Amino acid sequence: MTLVRMVGITKRFPGVLANDSVNFELRSGEVHGLLGENGAGKTTLMNILYGIYRPDEGEIYVDDRRVRIRSPRDAIRLGIGRVPQFPELVDKLSVAENLAVLFPENIMSRKRLEEIRSLAEKYGLPINVDAMVYELSLGERQRVEVVKALLRGARILILDEPTTVLTPKEVDTLFEALKKMRNEGKGIIFVSHKLSEVLSITDRVTVLRRGKVVATLETADTDEEELTRLMVGRRIVQRYERKKVPPGEEVLRVENVYVLNDKGGEAVRGISFTVRRGEIFGIAGVAGNGQKELIEAIAGLRKVEKGRIIVGGEEIRTPYQFRKYASHIPDDRMGMGVLPSLSVLDNLSLTLYRRFSRMGMIDMDDLRRFAEKLVERYKIVTPSLGAPAWQLSGGNIARLILARETAMGCRLLIAVHPTFGLDVASTDEVRRTLLRLRDKTAILLVSEDLDEILQLSDRIGVMYRGRFIGVLEADEADPEKVGLMMGGVAVESG
Amino acid sequence: MKAVKERLLPVAVKLFTKLLAILLGLGISAVVFAAYGVDPLYAYSLMVTKSLSFRGASEVLTKLIPLQLCGIGLIVAFKSGMWNIGAEGQMLLGATFATWIALFLDVPEFSRLPLIFLFGLAAGAGWALIPALLKVKFEVNEVITTLMMNYIASSLVNYLVYGPWKGAKEWGFPYTDKFPKSVWLPTIAGTRIHWPTLLIAILTAFLVYFLLVKTTVGFEIRVSGQSKRAAEYAGINYGRALLISMAISGALAGLAGVGEVCGIHHRLRYASSISSGYGYAGIIVAWLSELNAVASVLSALFMAFLFAGGDLMQVSLGLPIGVVDVFNGSILISLLVSEAFGRYNRPKWRLRLK
Repeated sequence: MTLVRMVGITKRFPGVLANDSVNFELRSGEVHGLLGENGAGKTTLMNILYGIYRPDEGEIYVDDRRVRIRSPRDAIRLGIGRVPQFPELVDKLSVAENLAVLFPENIMSRKRLEEIRSLAEKYGLPINVDAMVYELSLGERQRVEVVKALLRGARILILDEPTTVLTPKEVDTLFEALKKMRNEGKGIIFVSHKLSEVLSITDRVTVLRRGKVVATLETADTDEEELTRLMVGRRIVQRYERKKVPPGEEVLRVENVYVLNDKGGEAVRGISFTVRRGEIFGIAGVAGNGQKELIEAIAGLRKVEKGRIIVGGEEIRTPYQFRKYASHIPDDRMGMGVLPSLSVLDNLSLTLYRRFSRMGMIDMDDLRRFAEKLVERYKIVTPSLGAPAWQLSGGNIARLILARETAMGCRLLIAVHPTFGLDVASTDEVRRTLLRLRDKTAILLVSEDLDEILQLSDRIGVMYRGRFIGVLEADEADPEKVGLMMGGVAVESG
Repeated sequence: MKAVKERLLPVAVKLFTKLLAILLGLGISAVVFAAYGVDPLYAYSLMVTKSLSFRGASEVLTKLIPLQLCGIGLIVAFKSGMWNIGAEGQMLLGATFATWIALFLDVPEFSRLPLIFLFGLAAGAGWALIPALLKVKFEVNEVITTLMMNYIASSLVNYLVYGPWKGAKEWGFPYTDKFPKSVWLPTIAGTRIHWPTLLIAILTAFLVYFLLVKTTVGFEIRVSGQSKRAAEYAGINYGRALLISMAISGALAGLAGVGEVCGIHHRLRYASSISSGYGYAGIIVAWLSELNAVASVLSALFMAFLFAGGDLMQVSLGLPIGVVDVFNGSILISLLVSEAFGRYNRPKWRLRLK
């Protein structure tokens, strides 16, 4: 029996075709995997099914009846439940209080608590209803989210990257629960990047690429290689022309580093690598595999629990030490890269002001002249140097940061998603700038964009669950190999 | 890509909204005055004419000094994102240490006044550094700590003037003995304006402006006040920036305390007589100037005018202090509300990357 049919779903965002006449079907009694690279349109499709977006074109059928889903409320009424990637519970309330919203008048009774307990037991997802949410691990919180969806009577369950926050043992528990639900005739949509998990839990897989469905397969008939090929497609990556630069001295050395994430879990688990002057070291990987924590540790912004990070011969413990040798293009542009309320001039000075100061005084005339040059050379469109940075468009903010971090030269440059959200011309400009700088600088590039990594890097480390699953030389890397590794499949190099 | 339109409001519009706000405040208090049987127009005209008289103007300038010093220090603190509510206490500490040097320390007479200034600055800075350190080391909310430390400071002063420092020749009043004449600050003849402090206050406005705009420390303070994350990203020592800004803020408040005891009272006395809330009013001075140090001279002048006018209404019109507070309050609230209308139209979007 078919639970959900989505037919010809098309969704456009300004400049992006997120879903292009997508057909998707979920049967009763199956776990259906939804695979695709970042930006392939998985999340958009699920947001449409859950009533967060409305499709521009296409139809949705639930139980073979045409439906319009205008809001999550509609979706819930139709028996669609969603377990968000990161649990969305009220931290300062207990589990019982969080679940009380599901009942009339928000009242929790002993009988209802019993119901909750037996439901949770039934699927092997025991939850402690008296615990405060903030006391729970992310895995336990996710369990509450699953129970919450079931309590609402979900027959169709969307799980968005559910294993990101789980330990291996918790993954097993979740999978057992999913199997029980499947056997009861529920339908489960399992959105994931992790090939091994998709292969082990799903019955069918739908692969999306650039907004289109490329295939829907029986899981039993496919394997990791085929799925990767479908995901990344047959594409040839045009590498940029590059000068041969003899590798220079070692600028960055990371030795067996361990770093915790904000929740206290191990995000980086024993990473080692070096970057020399004259090379671009690319870090590939699906977001959430420890890249953010690793970069923050290198920049002195996050504590290194174990191991050492050495930049320019000095062990880094503070951001100030890091800044003596290095520049950093961060991915959080508005929260870290610029100060929205301060002027464009102040923002261009943010990391350069020390070079313009003498005896504690900033040479404002000199700085202003330099800033004017940057605005012109990097084509930053701004009303004036005095205008606050929030008046700039996203592309101009990105150019401002690029200008500031690359204009004065440094020994190490860290660039994190440097072309995210930029148009084609700007993207090309940024990539050329990085290659130009490579002659004199050691560059660490972090990107989820496979093409970018392959086009620019001399060596590529693929991060998976806090470790390098492998490090490849540029000439032995291709989209499929890196794609496989990003999905957690170790490929021997060489 | 086209240029984004300039959305900042011109200065003229800002001033106009402020003027409207003041008129609104006057309107509100007019009702209260009328209820007390005082013709509001008479009261207002009295305030203006008296303030323009020599005596009135000199009172305004006398009150300008502590308001200006506290306000300007607070601008530095606010720029670093430290919500220093403690200028009142920092000022009292300055006054206390000034008194200690003036009356109880055995030093050569010529060095007594310079030492008073030095210790007054240091005492204010030290008092402000306690909450700053608590914030930097343990993330303790500075609004609470600075406020609480005001109570401690005022209790300390009251304890001293009732207890160990109570003057021998003061007939049981809660005063210390008078300071030696050598540490009295000179005043403009016929007034209570202790002009050296006034000069310092005005000068400081320009110095602080310079500090914030042209120096590395000032830049670091401004960046730290915007975002801790961005400051650390830029390699700025966030904690150090906060400590420096609080030290400056406290020092200037301490200086205000020195001015009050050496320039006006010539002794330490009950805390609320040393400061009738200058430290709190300084917060308003800072905000009214939109944290612009030079503009704070004007906002301090305006606050001083309200303070002096309040005294006047009590004395000349026999109005209770409560009505005076309503008058001040309604004008200030109108002004602060008007800021919300005068503020430029900031877009709600934010580009945030994962």
